[in-house]
Amino acid sequence: MFRSIPITAFMIVALCLLVPSQSRSQENYFVTYSHQMEEPGNLELATRTVSGFPSAGNQFLGSALELEYGMKAWWTSELYLDGQSTSGESTLFTGFRIENRFRPLLREHWINPVLYFEFEDINSADKSLLEVVGHDGIEDFLERNDRSEKKREAELKLILSSNVKGWNISENLIAEKNLRGEPWEFGYAVGVSRPLSLVASPNPCTFCRENFSLGAELYGGLGDRYSFGLHDTSHYLAPVVNFRMPNGPVFQASPGFGLNSNSHGFLLRFGVAYEIDQVFSRLRRK
Amino acid sequence: MFRKSSLLLLIIALATPFLLAAAGDGAWITKVPGKNRQRQNPFDHQSNAIAAGGKLFRQNCASCHGDEGTGRDNHPNLHSDRIRNATPGELEWLLNNGSLKNGMPSWSRLPEQQRWQIVSFLKELAAGN
Repeated sequence: MFRSIPITAFMIVALCLLVPSQSRSQENYFVTYSHQMEEPGNLELATRTVSGFPSAGNQFLGSALELEYGMKAWWTSELYLDGQSTSGESTLFTGFRIENRFRPLLREHWINPVLYFEFEDINSADKSLLEVVGHDGIEDFLERNDRSEKKREAELKLILSSNVKGWNISENLIAEKNLRGEPWEFGYAVGVSRPLSLVASPNPCTFCRENFSLGAELYGGLGDRYSFGLHDTSHYLAPVVNFRMPNGPVFQASPGFGLNSNSHGFLLRFGVAYEIDQVFSRLRRK
Repeated sequence: MFRKSSLLLLIIALATPFLLAAAGDGAWITKVPGKNRQRQNPFDHQSNAIAAGGKLFRQNCASCHGDEGTGRDNHPNLHSDRIRNATPGELEWLLNNGSLKNGMPSWSRLPEQQRWQIVSFLKELAAGN
């Protein structure tokens, strides 16, 4: 069961051992985006995995392998490869996503906007739960794996984010449209996080407080163009913990709790991210 | 319907980088507001802060600027008069804002205290210590 997920995590850990580099994941959250961009020339490899335990359905493990590249200091591009494994059913590749994020304001402000554009080509078996929009809910996860419905979707996000006294506060407004004529669907995500220590210790250390950050995110759907609001939508509250291993990968974990009957009762997310600095310069030097 | 939406998205995706590229700022040091320029480093000359700044530099900055800050590829050498003559406030402003047009990312995700620790290290580095 769940064969593909450990393989991708294993590949990233193996890469960490093989490619000596410095590592800094940009994101503090699983669903919410902040205004932090990938550094230009850096490539981040990451897995984002979610495990769900629907009482009326089969356990599942949805995963996205993420390749994030800093095109410019104000422009980050990403490719996601999605897959899932459902207990007693099957393990599937469910599609891909291409996204671009742009910072229109080139300086730091009280609130920093980022514009996000994504194209998804996934099928109806996708369970990566990278966002919750429209009337997404637990019922979508109770049917047996079915790849028959293709979802070619455009997703737009307005990311607003602030760094204040060590805290990051981020808000995302999401609009998503299936390009086959379905209505716009809406969602939101809000996150707050802070490192355990604002001051770095002078000595090299692995488990010092500055390498840990704690936070929480709240996300959910807001209906669609014809039925905007909270009716028949799902919402989650999820604490998030990050551990940034110096010169190594970043580990993330987040238990998520459904806030209404349309949500999964419990979701467990975990992720590993590793950043290869100046990947093309490194290749040129070799 | 599908074709029109796809075409519109493609145009937006292609045009946005060029529109944003035209909106860059100039030399960073001339853009620093006066109140930032005058800010004092709370960790000035503290040996612990210099050591911590060196550690943060190696974790976050050395991939572009080199372990010794001498620059790498097209990234600038930090043993320069510009860094030597810059006030601590100007350097902290640069770390916080970056110079996105010129490829220097913003380090606002680091807490302000850690940015000041890096400034402590940079001033020592530029002074040749």
